[in-house]
Parts: sequence; structure tokens; C-alpha cells
Amino acid sequence: MKIASLVPPAPTMTTASAPMAIEALSVEKVYANGTQALRPVNLSIAEGEFITLLGPSGCGKSTLLKMVAGLIEPSDGRLLLWRKPVNKLASTGKHLSYVFQEATLMPWNSVLKNVRLPLELEGVPPREADRRVAAALQRVGLEKFADALPRELSGGMQMRASIARGLVVEPNLLLMDEPFGALDEITRNALDSDLLDLWQRHQWTVMFVTHSIHEAVFLSQRVIVMAARPGRVVADIKIDEPFPRDESFRLSKRFSEYAMHLHHLLVAASQESAS
Amino acid sequence: MSGSVKATPWIANPARQRIIIPLVIAIVLVVAWQLVLTALKVPAYLIPTPVMMFTALIQDWGVLGPALLFTLKITALSFALSVLIGVLVAFIFVQSRLIELAFFPYIVLLQVTPVVAVAPLIIIWVSNTTLAMVLCATLMAVFPIISNTALGLRSVSPGLLAYFKLRRASRLQVLLRLRVPTALPYFFAALRISSGLALIGAVVAEFVAGTGGTNTGLAYQILQAGFQLNIPRMFAALFLISVVGIALFAGMSLLSNKAIGRWHDSESDRGA
Repeated sequence: MKIASLVPPAPTMTTASAPMAIEALSVEKVYANGTQALRPVNLSIAEGEFITLLGPSGCGKSTLLKMVAGLIEPSDGRLLLWRKPVNKLASTGKHLSYVFQEATLMPWNSVLKNVRLPLELEGVPPREADRRVAAALQRVGLEKFADALPRELSGGMQMRASIARGLVVEPNLLLMDEPFGALDEITRNALDSDLLDLWQRHQWTVMFVTHSIHEAVFLSQRVIVMAARPGRVVADIKIDEPFPRDESFRLSKRFSEYAMHLHHLLVAASQESAS
Repeated sequence: MSGSVKATPWIANPARQRIIIPLVIAIVLVVAWQLVLTALKVPAYLIPTPVMMFTALIQDWGVLGPALLFTLKITALSFALSVLIGVLVAFIFVQSRLIELAFFPYIVLLQVTPVVAVAPLIIIWVSNTTLAMVLCATLMAVFPIISNTALGLRSVSPGLLAYFKLRRASRLQVLLRLRVPTALPYFFAALRISSGLALIGAVVAEFVAGTGGTNTGLAYQILQAGFQLNIPRMFAALFLISVVGIALFAGMSLLSNKAIGRWHDSESDRGA
């Protein structure tokens, strides 16, 4: 059952008054061997915004996401989360969650224990942890599978468990690295819709990495188009469509026009790289 | 069809097959052994028949029983010591590459030097015979525990490790919640190998020590029976050693299945 229709459309968050969640100032990544993984990027993402990093393999989209998460260090430039350096995020009282391409669940633990893990690592009191885990499992529709082991679930359900583990810390910023890349298209579309529902209810800031044009158009308010060799940002495209978006949006003319536009940008950028 | 209700006969159960099929082979072999020896009139001082062996086993139980207990004691003590030392060393190795780099060659040296060659020295140096035997057997059994556990502790999924790092987990949390569970299948595989090696080590140590008196195990019984050409008793002692070895292996397999059977491929039918 979709309750999305009861939720008011998300306001467009690109107004100057919205506080900035992420600010990248000339952030770049060069590896020790001289490979330029990412040319300097300037990017501002407002609180509550859903943006997508779209591009082919090797365009640095995952690198950028990992730098925002603090998993890797930029070689130069400044990266701020709520006006603080990435490693000082805790001082702002904000939390981030990172969802990997694979579910990365512990195979020896049940879904419940996997989802509970971040809370136990943080030392959240058991009763509060119980409550939050139950809520997170319900949000992704896995409450009946709490005691199942990851291997007993389908790929899509494992991904839901992984998302529940991301949600249980009540994040303000959700970083998703091709989370549905390994799933079949039907499951992926279903999870995309569920993700949008959740986002509208909770107004997280979401940074979503994908190489699927259709996924990018369907999900985001803004698409950051990237290209490879060297990794760089080539365009920042606004998807100015109202929420909630449902399956009919996927079939609309506007959707095709956005997809076509992004496609042309990607092709042009890859030709530029080749020359 | 009404016949399909009992479509799976009792024998089709894979768990039962795993016991029944080898058992049938054993019975066939024992019967063949008995028949061939009787037909060819092979004397008992060369090869005894199974009946003679089991007769010796029952008649000489007064000697073999305590010997079995003694060998079991050495095996159990050295196995326990191997697990303790092995796990400890593996944990230390995983803490630092430098320590592993420095000491691993010497652990390998211990492993490749035949215990039979070192045993006489240990027997001379350690005045307590039981302790000397336990040390010999431990020397033999400890290596698989060290190498397998260390490998397991390192074989953590990179994705999970990144996740733990992201959540700012402490070193101890990573060790207890990630490295230890990951290492369990490797550890249990090592237990299976190591329990058998502890038994072999115990037998070898007894052969070398070869003391008389009260502290004598099955190996000593084999030596004595050999001197006296009491071949049926020799076979009976050999039989007991084999039974202990099989029981150890089965016990460790059972333990492994109970501990990791639900989630690990190696112990689960679904992994096949």
C-alpha cells in the first residue's frame, strides 16, 4: 500500500534559504601513481535534496561518494558537511548512512542482528535499539523476516535489510553507492519507488550513485552528470518534476525527454574523452 | 497416485546413507577378511582373523583398556594445548604483520621437522614422561590451528570491513564482531585436522618414550605385542587407535556443524 498520496509534494530545495548539507570546493582525487580519479569538483547540495551522480564506470562517482563518507581522503580541496569537515560531522549532531552496492550483511547473523549492528557499535541502550530496529524493519517491509539469515533471502530482500541497517541510525544524509545495481529491473523499480516514499516522509538528504539514466531521472531532483578518463563533472541537470512520482512518470514524454537529454550529454562527454 | 506417499524410502535419507553405506563396506570387508584367511589357512602370527582380533580385544581388555585411557589422555591434553597455543599465536600474528613476518618461518620450521626426530630430545629434557609426550604431540598438532585461524582472521569481507570503519568501530569491536566469526569455519576445519594429528603425535611420542611401568599407552602395547609375536593383540590395539581417530574426526565435524552449519556453505546442503 502506498501512502505517498497523503504526503504533500516535497518542496524544491534549491532555494537560497535552505541550509547546505554538502559543499564540495574544488575537491579532487589524484592517486599516488598520478592517475586522476576525479578532477576538481564544485558542488553544493541543500538539506533535503535528492541528487544523483550519473556516469559510466571510472568517472569517479563512487570516489566522490566515498570522500563524502570519509572512507577516502580528497587529495585537494575542501569538503564540508553542514559547514564542518567530514570527520567533524558528529559535532553537528547530524548522522550519515552509507549503503553499499552489495548488501554487505554478516552471514552468521540474522536480519535483525544485522540491522541492530550500528546501534550496538554505538552503544545505544538495548530497549531503544529494539524499538528502532523494529521500526526500520517495518519501513522496508522485512518485519516478518527478522530471524532469517541473509542467505535465506533473495537479493532484493538482502538489499532491503542493508537499507534498514542504513535507516536505523536515523540518518540526515543517506549515501547510496549503486545500491540496486545487482538487482533485476522489476525489483530495482520497486525499490526505487519505495526509496522515494521513504525520502518524502523523512526528508533526508540523499546522494545516490548510479549508471542507469532511467533510475537517475526517476529518483532525483538534480542529476550530476559525470564522465570518465579523467573523472569529472560535465553537467548539473535539474529534473523539475513534482513528487510523488509513480510508474506513470516512467512512461511519460517528459521522462523520455530527460533521459534523452542525459544520454546525449553522456555520449558527448565520452567522445570528448576519446579525442 | 497412492504409491507416491511413501516415495522416499527410509534408506534415501542422505544423513542415514552417510553412515549406512560405509558401514556396509566395513561389514563386507571384515567378512571377506575372515573367509580369505580361513580358506588360505594363514597363521595367526602373520595376520589374525577378525574373530581372533576381537577375542584378543575382549580377553586383553585388562591391559588394553588402561592403555586406551592413557593414549586418550595424552591426545586430549595435547589437543587442548594446541588449541590454546594455536589460537593465541594466531591472534598475535593478526595484530601485526611484522610479528607474523618475524616468527612465521620458525613456526613452519617446527612443523616440517619430523616429531620422531625431535621426540628423543624432548624425552631427555623433560623429566616428566607424560608432559614430554604431551609436548611432542602438541608440536605436531599446533600448526594447522595457527595457520588456519590466522588465515580466517584475515579473510574478512572488504565490504564489511569498510562498513565497520564507516561506523567508527573500535579495533576490539572489529575483532570480536567481524574477525572472530569470519574465522570460525577456518578454525573448525583446523580442529578436524589437528585432533587427528594430536592422536598421531601421542602414538609417535609413546613409541619413542617406550617406557614400561604404569604409564603405558596403546603404542607401547603394540611394541610389546610385536616383541611377543602376539599379533592379535597388536591388531586389537591398532583397531582401538583407529576407532579413536574416527571418533575424533566425527566429533569435530559434529561440533563444526552445530556451530556454523546454519550459515556457512561448507556445512550446509544448500551450498552444494
